Amino acid sequence: MSQSNNIIEISNMSFSRNDRVIYDDISLQVPRGKITAIMGPSGIGKTTLLRLMGGQLKPETGAVVFDNQDITKLSRKELYIARRKMGMLFQSGALFTEMTVFDNIAFPIREHTELPESIIRKIVLMKLEAVGLRGAAQLFPTELSGGMARRAALARSIALDPELIMFDEPFAGQDPISMGVIVRLIRDLNDALDITSVVVSHDVEEVLSIADYVYIIANKKVIAQGTPAQLRQEKSQQVVQFMEGNPDGPVPFHFPAQDYQEELLNNVK
Amino acid sequence: MLSNSIVALGQQGLAYMAGAGRAGLLLLGALKPAGRGTKLLPLIIKQLYVVGVQSLVIIVVSGLFIGMVLSLQGYTILVGYGAEQSLGQMVALSLLRELGPVVSALLFAGRAGSALTAEIGLMKATEQLSSLEMMAIDPLHQIIAPRFWAGIISLPLLAAIFSAVGILGGHLVGVDWLGVDTGAFWAIMQSSVEWSEDIVNGAIKSLVFAVVITWIALHKGYDAQPTSEGISKATTATVVQSSLAILGLDFVMTALMFG
Amino acid sequence: MISRKIEVMVGGFLLLGIAAILMLMLKVADHQMGGSETSYRLYAKFDNVGGLKVRSAIKVGGVVVGRVTDISLDNEDFSPVVTMDISSEFNQFPETSSVAILTSGLLGEQFIGLTPGFIDEEENTILAAGDHIEDTRSAMVLEDLIGQFLYGNNDE
Repeated sequence: MSQSNNIIEISNMSFSRNDRVIYDDISLQVPRGKITAIMGPSGIGKTTLLRLMGGQLKPETGAVVFDNQDITKLSRKELYIARRKMGMLFQSGALFTEMTVFDNIAFPIREHTELPESIIRKIVLMKLEAVGLRGAAQLFPTELSGGMARRAALARSIALDPELIMFDEPFAGQDPISMGVIVRLIRDLNDALDITSVVVSHDVEEVLSIADYVYIIANKKVIAQGTPAQLRQEKSQQVVQFMEGNPDGPVPFHFPAQDYQEELLNNVK
Repeated sequence: MLSNSIVALGQQGLAYMAGAGRAGLLLLGALKPAGRGTKLLPLIIKQLYVVGVQSLVIIVVSGLFIGMVLSLQGYTILVGYGAEQSLGQMVALSLLRELGPVVSALLFAGRAGSALTAEIGLMKATEQLSSLEMMAIDPLHQIIAPRFWAGIISLPLLAAIFSAVGILGGHLVGVDWLGVDTGAFWAIMQSSVEWSEDIVNGAIKSLVFAVVITWIALHKGYDAQPTSEGISKATTATVVQSSLAILGLDFVMTALMFG
Repeated sequence: MISRKIEVMVGGFLLLGIAAILMLMLKVADHQMGGSETSYRLYAKFDNVGGLKVRSAIKVGGVVVGRVTDISLDNEDFSPVVTMDISSEFNQFPETSSVAILTSGLLGEQFIGLTPGFIDEEENTILAAGDHIEDTRSAMVLEDLIGQFLYGNNDE
């Protein structure tokens, strides 16, 4: 793979927060035009990884290269320019509650371009049509269901036609229908707009059904990577436990504690 | 044990220092010109509505009652010396120098300050602030700056309205109910109230309060833990800390201005 | 983006605030618009200024014509010197005018009463900036008055 084929390259990156190491010398690549999934158990900082990619957090060591620029070394101004090529779909949708769906999607366009209102209107309606919410343009975010809010947020994140979209847990807490809609939208948008998608999730089946390449992260490291087909063949116990959702395995069912028998006997003090 | 508590004290001190530093950076970042001044005005107008217009009712009602109570209390004291004609002077001076700026600031902290903290805390919790960052829009310019300016514009106006309504309330009780001569009420007030001394100093006080309250409210919201508990703690902290700051600063400024 | 209603209400709020400031300024403080009115400065030496304060009024027949701007002590004869700013509007006081420190009511605040003297046709003796008024009458001190009343007037 040549350098420019990857839109994001993370190399030898370490990051810790409040003395807790989140990532230890991790490396991964996101190829252009593909859907790359990052999976792992909850609480390992998958969202943190997206924030590192977007430059909202800075790693202690290592490089995060986006579009041939090291995000960690950019000035604030250059970072803001780089971010116009990124879109991010937050877990909660993060729609601005005080404006309508229409204004939410028009917001980044109004902020970053000088387009006349008539053209903005057309763009917004196109984006809303793409996610099937044209009819909900004048509603406020509080009037939308969770799945609709996420689709509206998706429309907003593609408003400026980014090269990269990052999805933070797009499937979490959705009913089966919304889940199906979002899975299809991610795939369709990726192919139709020729953009790159990074999906962070722990919903194994949905991810495997759309991803082109998958990284599994646990214990601060990448423990497995490959295409969905390759991962299904993976023999490592850690991977098998995660993929099949077994309650016990390398990730133990029990939180570390002193010996059970001993504690039961010693409780009279 | 002792060394532990000393360490804890030191850590707490450092945490306060860091908090103050973040608050300073917040203000600097918000006030730094963004290079798109034309878009700031509509945002400020919207916040003036939230911060100013929506605080108007509580300010007018409280001002009216405080003016009426002052008049009632003042009358019963002054009439003992046969000096009830000085009622206007007493009502006007207490309102302009102290009660107007201080009480309106306390009400503002409770009404608008807490709302600002809660709103920004909620924006943080629902990732709206992060989402702005990812859209390459500085939340300090988009969210913090317009609210800061709106607070600074609103409170001095609210304090002036408070004092004006309070004096009218005092007139209502003193003149219309208790029978003080209306000419004496206004004339003695006018001969004793000084524009530069009383009104301008009162305005300076409320401007200082406006900066402090808005700053505390925005900082607490922006710095809140993005959880329900964190937001409720931050809201309480805003009201408590701005109230204490108002009363403390009021003493200092009074000592400097009238002492 | 912003509805018309919000704009109108914010406009109303701003107007209300400005109206309140104007009311405080004109009705409550009776502040004269037009800013710095011109004035000229006169001095007067008293034996005792009593409770006179800086910013006390200077009245002629009850009309305020100026204010006290400074009260200091003459280092040679240790008597207080009062600096008065008189509005330039009233610049025709003859040199023979006299000033007295008076009290409004029994316990009221003290002010300077200026009594214009006669106008001498022969000489042009109008008080000008920097002049001293020679004919002064000091403040009445309540304790002295009571003392005189109690112990009688020894002169008679």
